[in-house]
Amino acid sequence: MSAGLVLTFDDVTLAYHADGHRVVQHAAISAPPGQITAIVGPNGSGKSSLVRGVLGLMPVHAGRILAGTTDLLRATAREMSRLVAVMPQREALVFPMLVHDYVALGRSPFLGLWDAPSAHDVAVIRGAMERSDVLPFAARRTDELSGGEWQRVRLARALAQDTPILLLDEPTTFLDIAHEMATFETLAREAQSGRTVVLVSHTLTLVARFADQIVLMHEARVAASGPPRDVMQAATLEAVYGWPLVVSHDPAVGAPTLVPLRRPR
Amino acid sequence: MSITATYRQPAVLWIATGVTLLVLIVAGLGIGAVSVSPMAVLQALAGQGDAINIAIVRDLRLPRVVLAMLVGCALGSSGAALQGTLRNALAEPYLLGVSGGAAVGAVLALIVGVTATAAVPLAAFGGAVVAVLLVLALARAAGGARDPRTLLMAGVIIGAFANAMILILLADVSPERVRGALWWMAGSLSDASWLRVGWLAVYVLLGVALLVTRGRLLDVLALGDDSAAALGADVGSATRQVFLISALLAAASVSAAGLIGFVGLVVPNIVRAFGVVRHRALIVASALGGASLMLLADLLARTVRAPLELPLGAITAVIGVPVFLLRLRRLR
Repeated sequence: MSAGLVLTFDDVTLAYHADGHRVVQHAAISAPPGQITAIVGPNGSGKSSLVRGVLGLMPVHAGRILAGTTDLLRATAREMSRLVAVMPQREALVFPMLVHDYVALGRSPFLGLWDAPSAHDVAVIRGAMERSDVLPFAARRTDELSGGEWQRVRLARALAQDTPILLLDEPTTFLDIAHEMATFETLAREAQSGRTVVLVSHTLTLVARFADQIVLMHEARVAASGPPRDVMQAATLEAVYGWPLVVSHDPAVGAPTLVPLRRPR
Repeated sequence: MSITATYRQPAVLWIATGVTLLVLIVAGLGIGAVSVSPMAVLQALAGQGDAINIAIVRDLRLPRVVLAMLVGCALGSSGAALQGTLRNALAEPYLLGVSGGAAVGAVLALIVGVTATAAVPLAAFGGAVVAVLLVLALARAAGGARDPRTLLMAGVIIGAFANAMILILLADVSPERVRGALWWMAGSLSDASWLRVGWLAVYVLLGVALLVTRGRLLDVLALGDDSAAALGADVGSATRQVFLISALLAAASVSAAGLIGFVGLVVPNIVRAFGVVRHRALIVASALGGASLMLLADLLARTVRAPLELPLGAITAVIGVPVFLLRLRRLR
């Protein structure tokens, strides 16, 4: 595995139409290799639009998106898919297949039309399934999985792309505590191995424990970014989420913990 | 468990497909007003044995059998490709109105005097492309080009409109100049000449080959736009390519045999039931399976009420509707 590459959103503005509503405005984000960068924020703040911008499915009105020095907006989809493995927010298969065959699709960016997967491809696929803990049900069908299992299988497909950058949109939705923690541990190991890990998440407290950098989105703009301790300030989060809350520092683990408050009657 | 190289295809599928096709070819050549035994069929094909048998098998029945196979190949493979691209197990050229558009294009060409056997499929292709664009626009206006039910509704409406157009266009055209409306709307293989078969073969083999080369693209398109893009597909361009190739295949089959529905629906769903998910294999198996289904349907059309010949499109609909209903139940 090659080392990670910096994923840079350079003053990016996203809009469906040239003169339409700006879904993301002048976002500047730099996600370095070897770290987990978490993009958080309320619903509709533009988090997932950033992911779709990378995929080329969301028109980029201004700015650049770079993987290392490669301008992803000028690259082909195939070139992009060899640098960034994206796990989209939602995916439902109309035509079920075996888990192993599904994960193997992660090698598509590297295979020509008539290529059979090489020994290297097979090893990468197996490694991806090991690290996301889906080997035990590799031979099951995708329509026989629980929501949590399916989520891990999708992660395995992204890992099978074996790219310098991982970009995951809500990778822990549908996961119970154990699998949520296991997934974050997996991502932490990927980052430790030198990869660039970027994830969009709603689980602020967990993100604060695992991420090296948090980017807080609010109304299409980056409202704050930096280490969790700097971003996880009660005043900032209350303003962004529009809800009273307390940030405490868990004495056991030393990470900021978010507690939303009941509204006084 | 051991993880070996993926993409395995069940051998039983290919054996079943091949044996079924061979049996149906021999049956199609042997069964009719004059019965020819399987052995005599094989001898006649080789140009040996009874001269009358040779004439019946090689000159009367063989063009029709080959025509049936090519039409089935076109319908089966385009159904498989459309289903993958639209992520809709009920998609196929007839139900999507694509065949109807192709028929209107072919009828228009014949009315204005284009009769070249090679050119009619191209006019049908134009009609099919217009139908695709209309169906997608209609579904989008109704709120969901991705919703299988909305898309099918749009297709059925365009198909009905196409039928009306055919009836109107052919109302005052003499049957000697142009085949009648019934021929187009009910489907028929009765017009099998080697010239027609030859041109159809060119279009069908080209179309199937183009689809096969997009097998890997179809694999990822079937996952959804976001995942397809994540795995390196240029979603917009890939979707357009598959639509155009499928329209070409539907157009070729319609100009040779009229409107024949449900083959493109039934066959890929049966092939998938064998565990085939890779589109390269799915398209080839659906082409071969489509050939078999058309041979079977034509055999039924010719024999069930012999010497009467039943409309081919009616036979495929009788076979296809139960499959449609079974599949519809699983759509949620």
